Amino acid sequence: MDGQTTIWRVETKTRASTAFAIVAALVICAGLAAPMYLPRATLQDLFFILTMLALAQSWNLLAGYAGLVSVGQQAFVGLGAYVMFAGVVLLKLDPLVAILLGGIASALLAIPAGIFAFRLQGAYFAIGTWVIAEIVRLLVAQWKMLGGGTGTSLPASTTRHMQGVDLVHRMFGFRPAQAVDVVCYWLALLLAVAAIFMVYRLLRSRHGLALASVRDNQDAARAVGVDARRLKALVYLASALVTGLVGALIYVQKARISPDAAFSVTDWTAYVIFIVVIGGIGTIEGPIVGVLVFFALQKLLADFGSIYLMVLGLIGIVVMLFAPQGLWGLFASRTGIQLLPVRRLLRGGPIKN
Amino acid sequence: MNWADTILQGVLLGGLYALFAAGLSLVFGIMRLVNLAHGDLIVLAAYLILVLVDTLNLNPFIALVIAMPIMFGVGWLLQTYVLNRTLGPDILPPLLVTFGLSVVLQNGLLQVYSADSRRIPSGYLDTASISIGSLHVGVMPLLTFFSAVAVILILNRLLYATELGRAFRATSDDAVTAGLMGIQPNRTFAIATGIAMAIVAVAALYLGTRSNFDPTIGPARLIYAFEAVIMGGLGSLWGTLVGGIILGMAQTIGGAINPEWQILAGHIAFVLVLLFRPRGFFPRAVD
Repeated sequence: MDGQTTIWRVETKTRASTAFAIVAALVICAGLAAPMYLPRATLQDLFFILTMLALAQSWNLLAGYAGLVSVGQQAFVGLGAYVMFAGVVLLKLDPLVAILLGGIASALLAIPAGIFAFRLQGAYFAIGTWVIAEIVRLLVAQWKMLGGGTGTSLPASTTRHMQGVDLVHRMFGFRPAQAVDVVCYWLALLLAVAAIFMVYRLLRSRHGLALASVRDNQDAARAVGVDARRLKALVYLASALVTGLVGALIYVQKARISPDAAFSVTDWTAYVIFIVVIGGIGTIEGPIVGVLVFFALQKLLADFGSIYLMVLGLIGIVVMLFAPQGLWGLFASRTGIQLLPVRRLLRGGPIKN
Repeated sequence: MNWADTILQGVLLGGLYALFAAGLSLVFGIMRLVNLAHGDLIVLAAYLILVLVDTLNLNPFIALVIAMPIMFGVGWLLQTYVLNRTLGPDILPPLLVTFGLSVVLQNGLLQVYSADSRRIPSGYLDTASISIGSLHVGVMPLLTFFSAVAVILILNRLLYATELGRAFRATSDDAVTAGLMGIQPNRTFAIATGIAMAIVAVAALYLGTRSNFDPTIGPARLIYAFEAVIMGGLGSLWGTLVGGIILGMAQTIGGAINPEWQILAGHIAFVLVLLFRPRGFFPRAVD
């Protein structure tokens, strides 16, 4: 290099990602304005897609990046939802405040749940989280003030008076029930975007680099001072918080809760796993692709009941066996396109890239 | 509450859980694979026995003799064509594939047999009981328990006194080196899963004759089996029996206090054991 200094830069930006940032901003703006030009039924579909997307992002962070395969995410959905109900029905809180309370409760549950489940390795962690979800479900079913095993409903008047509903009602002239849907939809949009943004920021940070190193070689990562356990605990906590918030929001919109529905392994974990696996585990784009495929399949096969779940399961198995990187992974490896790049690239210096 | 009776019932129920768990324990011990569809495979085997009993008008025990080789075949095919592809250092593929299999099996059974709960008729054995002092013990629960003991005796004999067992243990220790010695790990794995599924058929017989079942109860059986294996300690089949008995006793005692606490009491016993004895009571495997 005879005296000449070479400037190296570590970047994650790609040309596609810059273009995507602009497109994403436009899509978010279009999404925010959606209640003005989309019918209520479409808005409810979008609500479903966005909440599933947020759940999928948080599970993907757990399993795809931290190697923590949880089959017990329904514990956090259910607890978040139940604490939200308790806040509204028993404490007479505003549903919006109660949603926050639900998220916090789920994050708090993650502390003892984590202490317990982290004693189990790999596959046993998976079933351990499932046991925790069962315990929470059985305990909540004893909560007689919230209907015990049969569940209870949210009085319609409480959601009608939720923060913002009145404002939407007056500004846009929606009927109150419709205004509730609009507010819920906006919250879902906010949560989904925030979940993606959170995962993206985390992976691009120092912690993200540490996480990737733990995933690739735990021993080597520990040798350079990465505290794998602490990092995994942090991810577990963050994912519980997001999952709890989403669970609470879903049940504000559903307005009817029972332990079996709120702690359903099919609805809150199986669907989410298939979304992430089909879309591409270990990528941020994967769950986005996956949730769209999932929704299309659901619309297509909605009339066939259990056949729908069979098809979903079979697709999941086939993808895992023959294309474990999922649809997005296939696309990205063919084209090299990354919309939300987290891989660090070394640029500059004498090497052209 | 009659304590002696409750505890005896708990111990006998533990035999059923040990039967659920024995196959899981064997497969995990040999290839470090946790089959999340294990419970659904038990339910599948129960339907298989039910169909044999219903259509051929067989005695359930004779139906079991037919079901065991069929389930062995199911296990062999499953391992050879699906699960062997998932084995490796990454734990995601086997977990997600068996989870998918669980969902497929559950919904396939729902589609074919509907959600109605069914029961395998076992004739006079349904209600037969014998008296020990002041206690009345059902013949079916007793048979379950002794079947569990017999299964574990035979498995231990197989593992420690036969050529096949030596191949199992060698593959478990180091699949690559075992391969150099002329053992084909994939074939060994297929036989192991086949044997696990034959045991599943035994478990299914007792599951189906002792209580009602429907396509959705698989996951709960998986959880009980898992709790028995962990409480007993990985790698020890007698430990699995002890784990099953602890779970069974916790459930019957909890249920005797308040019927709503039956399942919960079992889970809580599991959590307590794991907190104070993280590796279970009789750990053997180093994992």
